Amino acid sequence: MTPAIIEMKRITKEFNHIRVLDHINFELLQGEIHALLGENGAGKSTLMKILRGIYQPEEGEILINGKAVTINSPSDSRLNGISMVFQEFSLIPSLTVAQNIFLTRESRSKLGLINDRIDEKKASILLHEMGVDLDPSLPVEQLSTGYRQLTEIVAALSQDAQILILDEPTASLTHTETMTLFGLLRKLKERGISIIYISHRMEEIFQIADRITVLRDGKNIITEQVQNLSIQQVIEHILGHKDVREIKKSTYLVDPTATPLLEVNHLNCNQEVCDVSFKLFAGEVLGLAGLMGSGRTELVQTIFGITPAQSGDIKVKGKKVRINDAKSGMKAKIAFIPEDRRLQGLSTMHSIKENFELPLINLRKLEKHKIFVDDHKIVALANGFVEKLQIKCDSIDKEIRLLSGGNQQKVVIAKWLSTEPDILIMDEPTAGVDIGTKTEILEMARNLANEGKGVVIISSELQELLSISDRIVIIKNGSIVDEMLRTEVKSEDKLHQIIQGAQASV
Amino acid sequence: MSNLNPISPSSDNSNGFSRFIKKFYWRDYVVYITFVVIFLIFSGSLFKMGFLSPNNLLNILRQTATISVMAVAMTFVLAAAEIDLSVGAVAGLASVTTAIIIGQFGILAGILAGLLTGVLIGLLNGFLITKVGIPSFLVTLGMQGVATGTAMWITKTAPIPIANETYTFIFGSGNVGIIPTLFIWTILALLIGHACLKSTPFGRQVLATGGNETAARYSGINTKKIKYITFVIMSVVSSISGMLYAGRLHSGRFQWGQGDELSVIAAVVLGGTSLFGGKGSVIGTIIGAILIGLINNGLILMGLEASQQMIVRGAIIILAVALTGRKTQS
Ligand SMILES: Nc1ncnc2c1ncn2[C@@H]1O[C@H](COP(=O)(O)OP(=O)(O)OP(=O)(O)O)[C@@H](O)[C@H]1O
Ligand SMILES: [Mg+2]
Repeated sequence: MTPAIIEMKRITKEFNHIRVLDHINFELLQGEIHALLGENGAGKSTLMKILRGIYQPEEGEILINGKAVTINSPSDSRLNGISMVFQEFSLIPSLTVAQNIFLTRESRSKLGLINDRIDEKKASILLHEMGVDLDPSLPVEQLSTGYRQLTEIVAALSQDAQILILDEPTASLTHTETMTLFGLLRKLKERGISIIYISHRMEEIFQIADRITVLRDGKNIITEQVQNLSIQQVIEHILGHKDVREIKKSTYLVDPTATPLLEVNHLNCNQEVCDVSFKLFAGEVLGLAGLMGSGRTELVQTIFGITPAQSGDIKVKGKKVRINDAKSGMKAKIAFIPEDRRLQGLSTMHSIKENFELPLINLRKLEKHKIFVDDHKIVALANGFVEKLQIKCDSIDKEIRLLSGGNQQKVVIAKWLSTEPDILIMDEPTAGVDIGTKTEILEMARNLANEGKGVVIISSELQELLSISDRIVIIKNGSIVDEMLRTEVKSEDKLHQIIQGAQASV
Repeated sequence: MSNLNPISPSSDNSNGFSRFIKKFYWRDYVVYITFVVIFLIFSGSLFKMGFLSPNNLLNILRQTATISVMAVAMTFVLAAAEIDLSVGAVAGLASVTTAIIIGQFGILAGILAGLLTGVLIGLLNGFLITKVGIPSFLVTLGMQGVATGTAMWITKTAPIPIANETYTFIFGSGNVGIIPTLFIWTILALLIGHACLKSTPFGRQVLATGGNETAARYSGINTKKIKYITFVIMSVVSSISGMLYAGRLHSGRFQWGQGDELSVIAAVVLGGTSLFGGKGSVIGTIIGAILIGLINNGLILMGLEASQQMIVRGAIIILAVALTGRKTQS
């Protein structure tokens, strides 16, 4: 039998007297890919941060290669051969991709000075190995979320660690990069490297993992070989009950002669949005599909007014609207859930409430005597959403940075749903969200459409895109190249081929 | 290494409740604790020098009023993650313009001239920072020179006396009963500032802008406009402060307010407002300003020389700011 490389025994961790991990036993075997699963806030990241030396447990011990070790700091952890891709990005925005990858391990010239050239060369070899087409001399702040994620992964891989922890590495990757990553992980596994893999995407688990461990409420529910389990069983273990809900596929057919809810004509912006025209009808969910860098995000950012269009026009309910900043987008009753919650969605030093209230305050919806903010109303509203979206927190005054990743995402969603938009634009809304809530979010979007509103969704998870959209448009190089009804797409693979094909036929 | 820690390791080392108390309690309330401690020390050691006499206490309030008023506005500037170094110089210039215009056209015109000075400089600061995109540190440092230079130039560095007694009564020399009008100005700044930061949309938007400007923009906040407004308010309030100097000292002079920016910023940071934006407390600011006044007064009563005063004051400020103002990792 393969020996265990890591054993964590009876690990207990509390934050402010709230127990997050409760006598957890966890074991990683030499050369296995071990998936760590659980709902948002189950304690997955916390357990891994203990291994990485960021938190110290109240109780329990850690054995590496059978020897008891104490990990008091990230450098202890590194000395033990552990490297980790954090769920929250830890890149330094002003540095280049190469500088970030080799941070603190920079190549030196003969005079002992840092030599960026060498690192850039090394980085470009690593990136090439990952199949990533990215210039290593670009500053990270110019990259989209997906590329940042890839940089983060490459940085972790470059450390030649024996144990690699990946905390939701694919949350903002599209299918193609995910597949490349999996190829790479399999290669690492053959070299005997042990990998802990955290994800909320079930299909991925079954493709890549050897064993799984499920955490629920800080307890280890099960550790088992993947082949002995079905997807249904895994989901049951995660949720603690049977998942009965399934999103009702809509049979809705739009009337192309009706006045569209949103009509975009010949929109152009910075070469990233090129002559885009489309219509969104009331009652419809429109999916935007495309590869990374295809311009999906840029398109929706232009529509909402973050980067205003240079030419073309936007009509809402048949009336032309001028959208030149986010506020005018909001006034046109559009809401926009951005792709990067920590950068664009939330102020992490502020509380749930302080983040939640911003759009409403800005729309002047919450004022008493025309001067002051009506906090009673906000608290009631915020608490309502916390309950509805099951945001795990002790109170709405909890700072965002102390919430688990998935729960942060739910706050962004609550913040925008509260504005009661006519048009809801969502850019990767379920990134990092657990399956229970994912269904809930998609259902909410569906319900919104059923009430006569319109939804535009970008998702790299094709299954998700297929399960919610009525119509799908394919985007390539900033233009719409194809459009189809959902019913015309036979399967996820088919859609993947279409997206790939669109890209190939340049 | 530190960049790899999304949450600072020390911020969670929860070896029990006492640790927790130390971290949180101390940080947020350090200004109140320091205030009480210093007050008690001075009360004991300087009792014979008349530290506790009503006259001396009122004097402290009178002397800190100009700082307090500016510090309230500075709370907004720092909360929006910006800085204004021109406040003292603007106060000096406004004291001069007010004094000159009062002498020629009377009290109302004089007050308007002072306010207008603030508005103009605020508009210019705001424009250069938000529209042209020069960092506020540089713009306001330059503006400091411009304002002081202008004040020196138009007065040939001489003080301009103010004879109008209504003016000097309202702006700083008068008493209502035993309450100095300067204290009333402080209270006014406190009440308006506190309500504005805590409970108005503007205050929330300032904090959001300072907390994460990108996220604020995605929430529909016009962050440039918010910053623009805070700079205008800051300069207008500085000019009011300059008028208070003019009233208290019965004259306008370029030196009034010179160097105040340090005390003002120290008061704000002592009061718990983050130098890095996103957090602010107007009540803390006022306590911080009075604390600085308290220290100044105590040092004088102790009979320290001006040079020694500067050293002790500097050390106390660094210590207190170190306890409150360090950046917590996001
Ligand atoms: N530094 C902290 N201080 C206080 N509470 C914390 C801290 N870090 C995490 N928590 C809490 O611990 C719980 C577990 O968080 P953790 O990040 O481990 O969840 P997770 O399983 O990774 O969830 P997700 O799938 O959403 O990423 C959450 O309820 C979170 O709010
Ligand atoms: Mg997590």
